[in-house]
Amino acid sequence: MTNEFIKQKLTDKFGEQITNWEEPYGMLTFTVPAAQNLKVMQHLYDEETLRFRFLTDLTAVHFPDRKGEELSVVYHLHNLVDNARIRMKIFVPIETPDVFTASQLFSAANWMERETYDFFGVNFVGHPNLIRILNVDEMDYFPMRKEYPMEDPTRIDKDDEMFGR
Amino acid sequence: MSEPQHHIKLAEESLQKQTTTLNLGPTHPATHGVFQNILEIDGERVLEAVPTIGYIHRAFEKIAERRPYYQITPLTDRLNYCSSPINNMGWHMTIEKLLGIKTPKRVDYLRIIIMELSRIADHLVCNSVIGVDTGALTVFTYVFQLREMIYEVFEEVCGSRLTTNIGRVGGFERNFTEASFTKIHHLLTLLPKGLKEFEILLNRNRIFMDRCIGAGPISAERALNYGFTGPNLRAAGVDYDVRVASPYCSYEEFDFKIPVGTNGDVYDRYLVREGEMWQSVSIIRQALEKVEALEKEFPDQKHVFYAPEADHFHLPPKEDVYTKMEALIFHFKMIMGEIDALPGEVYHSVEGGNGEVGYYLISDGGRTPYRLHFRRPCFIYYQAYPEMIKDGLLSDAIITLSSLNVIAGELDA
Repeated sequence: MTNEFIKQKLTDKFGEQITNWEEPYGMLTFTVPAAQNLKVMQHLYDEETLRFRFLTDLTAVHFPDRKGEELSVVYHLHNLVDNARIRMKIFVPIETPDVFTASQLFSAANWMERETYDFFGVNFVGHPNLIRILNVDEMDYFPMRKEYPMEDPTRIDKDDEMFGR
Repeated sequence: MSEPQHHIKLAEESLQKQTTTLNLGPTHPATHGVFQNILEIDGERVLEAVPTIGYIHRAFEKIAERRPYYQITPLTDRLNYCSSPINNMGWHMTIEKLLGIKTPKRVDYLRIIIMELSRIADHLVCNSVIGVDTGALTVFTYVFQLREMIYEVFEEVCGSRLTTNIGRVGGFERNFTEASFTKIHHLLTLLPKGLKEFEILLNRNRIFMDRCIGAGPISAERALNYGFTGPNLRAAGVDYDVRVASPYCSYEEFDFKIPVGTNGDVYDRYLVREGEMWQSVSIIRQALEKVEALEKEFPDQKHVFYAPEADHFHLPPKEDVYTKMEALIFHFKMIMGEIDALPGEVYHSVEGGNGEVGYYLISDGGRTPYRLHFRRPCFIYYQAYPEMIKDGLLSDAIITLSSLNVIAGELDA
């Protein structure tokens, strides 16, 4: 199964809605509108010629500089039969980070979405149990967002200009 | 007769409740790690389990966003600490993929030797712990000798045993010594004997079979839906192995089988791991042969232990650092993390002890990753645990946990 074939199949079904086609290091990558994520995944799952029925990974990335699409949720899907991998991305604003849950389609998404919520605050709409998983329940912020630097901000003995990010 | 006096205030409905709530963990000898399960049991039957994880969460993904690439290797050690070399090399291969470094064949073969040795060490721990939890403590003491010898090989190659930090981007930090080859050859004579002895003690042991067969089963469909990978998925009957599906490190040149099970129960998981250890022994033999053939054909190859293109990411030898200025400068630049990587987005996965260990790396061209996400197989398949032990016995729940080989370090990252 070639990347062109998958791209063709998806374009036939969803047309212009899927954007940003890329192939970094051979993996087909594309962006779908946030509201369409479940529809595209369901189509990838059901369509007999595509069969992307294995959720390898689900995570989020924070881009503070992209206004209106600060949070990106990244899905890695795998077709085990034809051994093809794709990467699907959606972008949501940080004020309303609402994404439809994939946990009804993949049981594996349950904890992965909880982890993503825990660290980035992505609100997975329809998730059966969206609570923190690795951090303490009392935590009131989302630590993997870029506004929380690694080092203690009160320290002045470290020169970030030379040795920091 | 007067009414009995209740001095202890009991919760509403607690007198009517017919089931027992049992707290298993977070620190319990039978869980082999720090995780908690709140079980609802009826007699000895498990009705419900609510797992709580995160007790040893160390925020590796956050830490990695501020570490130069070579400083992330020690973080990967502490994911699945039973087979840390696989994690280390998986991470190095991710950077090599990002930078487009092609490793020499000898490096690939040496890496395969180390990775397969750590796979054996990982599976030995898991399988002998199933023995311990079913009441057969003897096997545990037998095979830990072999694990010890594997660790001696790691010690000879990189200087440490459990959290190895083995290898560097592009290959190894130094060449394999003669002693390490001698140790590997010696180990290869002992491993088949040890594994055979292990199998005689457990494989057809009536008590062991009665305890394990049918305990904690999962179907292939559910296992795939839950994102299982590795021996646990193969025990359910799906022959997915990253080494075959997307070969890395010249695995495509090797001849080996993928053992699969049928029922996905504890016994199948045990047998699959057992079969994989035999395959690993065979892979190590083949790799040693290939190394020898390579050295015979090209005598220069004896001194190849890293990719020349990876020079900017490979620490120079210590004797050069002390005597040559260029080497000292390079050493300083690397240690201070002055070396930038290319911008890019890459996912690379290797077959770890528990399944597909993935690294999703986004680099913005700086000295540290912009974002690094570890796909940790334990974390993903442990969520199936409540479903697997439902309606089974409490003692089955314990051996299911040990047969899944849930490693707390990998679970919590």
